[in-house]
Amino acid sequence: MADMTRERIGGLLARQGILIAFVAFMIVFALANPRFIAVDNILGVVRSTAILGVIALGVTFVVIGGNLDLSVGSMMSFSTIVVLDLHDKIGPALAIPAMFALTLGLGAFIGFLVGYLKLNSLIVTLGMLSAIHGLTLTWSGGKNMDIADKEGTWFSVFGQGSVLGLPVPILIFALLAVVLSLLLSRTPFGRKVYAVGGNGTAAVFSGIPRARVVFLTYLVSSGCVAVAGLLQASRSLGSQNTVGQGLELEVLAAVILGGASLLGGSGTVFKTVIGVLILGFIQNGLLLMGLAFYVQYVVTWVIIVLAVWLDVAAKRGRLLSPIA
Amino acid sequence: MTDVTPDKIVSPVKEDTPVALQRRKLIAQGAIWAFIVVELIFFSVAGEYLSVSDKAFMDFENMLLLLKQSAPIGIIALGMTIIMINGNIDLSVGATYALAAIVLLDSMTWPWMQALGDSAIPLAWGLALLTGMALGAINGLLVWKTGVDAFIVTLGSMLGFRGLVFMYNGEQPTSHLNWTLVDFAEARFLGLHTATWFLLGVALLLWLLMTRTVHGRNAYAIGNNREAAVNAGIRVGPHMMINFMIIGFLAALSAVVFYSESGSVNPNDGMLFELWAITAVVLGGTKLTGGYGSVVATLGGVIAIQLLRKGLGHIGADTQTVNLVIGLILIAVLFLDRQLNRKGKQELRT
Repeated sequence: MADMTRERIGGLLARQGILIAFVAFMIVFALANPRFIAVDNILGVVRSTAILGVIALGVTFVVIGGNLDLSVGSMMSFSTIVVLDLHDKIGPALAIPAMFALTLGLGAFIGFLVGYLKLNSLIVTLGMLSAIHGLTLTWSGGKNMDIADKEGTWFSVFGQGSVLGLPVPILIFALLAVVLSLLLSRTPFGRKVYAVGGNGTAAVFSGIPRARVVFLTYLVSSGCVAVAGLLQASRSLGSQNTVGQGLELEVLAAVILGGASLLGGSGTVFKTVIGVLILGFIQNGLLLMGLAFYVQYVVTWVIIVLAVWLDVAAKRGRLLSPIA
Repeated sequence: MTDVTPDKIVSPVKEDTPVALQRRKLIAQGAIWAFIVVELIFFSVAGEYLSVSDKAFMDFENMLLLLKQSAPIGIIALGMTIIMINGNIDLSVGATYALAAIVLLDSMTWPWMQALGDSAIPLAWGLALLTGMALGAINGLLVWKTGVDAFIVTLGSMLGFRGLVFMYNGEQPTSHLNWTLVDFAEARFLGLHTATWFLLGVALLLWLLMTRTVHGRNAYAIGNNREAAVNAGIRVGPHMMINFMIIGFLAALSAVVFYSESGSVNPNDGMLFELWAITAVVLGGTKLTGGYGSVVATLGGVIAIQLLRKGLGHIGADTQTVNLVIGLILIAVLFLDRQLNRKGKQELRT
């Protein structure tokens, strides 16, 4: 009997563990400081995580497809710098599509290498992390990029504007999450992404064009990076070359926290959003409790390891690994 | 559930004959040294026309300095090689490096340590190295006991260890300059710098470990096929744990060598070291999927990267070009490696 209960609790923890943890955190933080659940605080947190969140949405596709993308941080620096530079040269109306085209071009290149040439995604995107960083520095000449006329441009609307009291970055994040969630769960393409990530060989044998599907996941990812770059550029109207540095691993942390397996084939857009929000609210909650920003690193570490451990443990039916 | 890369092949791979394997190994090991020779020739010739300084690139002093400068990443990359041969990966080495550096410098300012005078130095070194080993042991134990993939465990501890670094001294740099230490770090024996000796010493010891001991042989076996290793009665967990402790120790050793001379550490130091180390290891031909690789070839990879940095600087290219070139070379190596290996294997993706 006791075993049954334990198993049931284990199963529940494994399936909905991330949601339970999320709710538990919110309650603890709210009790510690009532300001935590104030509307403006919650909006503030979501707004500040929107950039990371948008990228995480795209990386979710890549991870479900069974690959990794370590180049997203470096790519976001690139799109931010490019759109800021072109803003003054050809105007915002042309700069935005040009930046999207260039960023999607980079994504297509990675997708070609990983999808069609079947190269290992970790090393390809590691190489692209470095290469795109070089590209960004070459574009900017190593200098910070700033918009000359910061007051007189409508470009700032994406990062700073608000509609019906809701900040635009949140709206964009939410809209993108809904669209991509539908794309992943309601279309043939979405099902093919799961199939390719779950068992690539079986997918090929059932006639799924594996290379094209992988290629497209990288296009989705780079498209999301372009949106994030736009939000970042528009919010600050000026940027360093390294604005996205280190973001790739934070994004992966959020995606893994959401329960996507690095082996591919599992995960959802909704869960990734939860993962992103957890990271954001933990950071905010700890700050409101008067703790320094770096305490969140340690807390995030514990949470990631615990979350994945519980997930793995529930699947094998025992807590500790059977490895001798 | 155990492989590092999600892209691991599902279908069984035809094994090579020993002779073919031996030949491939020779080609793979030779390739990185051939690349180094090409770099040397290219930069020497190009330097004649493009260099801003009139000093030759192949200057002996310049080359010795190059070895010294490749030591910090190099020592870590050597450790990363045995982790990757073992079929794991360690993303937390940069944070381990920073934490060990802080322990090294801060411990020398403790009153009872200062009372010891210069004999506090070996104690401070020991503390820093112990810190590194302890952090490595945490990683190893988690990978072993939880069964969570090393990529995820060390991604988490990369954040966690970095948090510990910040908690130690906030956002302030930690500084302590000990002149005896500086003298030691700047000393030269038989022309080579102290850091170079450490790099070469570590390479030699790890080479012996991986080619001449049971632990090394088992590490290859585990990386090659973990199931088979388990069935053969190899205790997989302890071997992985030892390797994680070794890389923790080496990350700390790298910090000890570097910060003995510089005497000041920022909480952000060591960031992205893991990526540079992995790049050097992959350039050396070690496989991400485990079971294949060489410590000596990694040393070649480390030198090749440093040569590229220095060489591009020598012919007047900006730092940004270095990143671009290294990234593209990494991808090219991956592509060539696959083309070379294709003949013998049905389908290989690493």
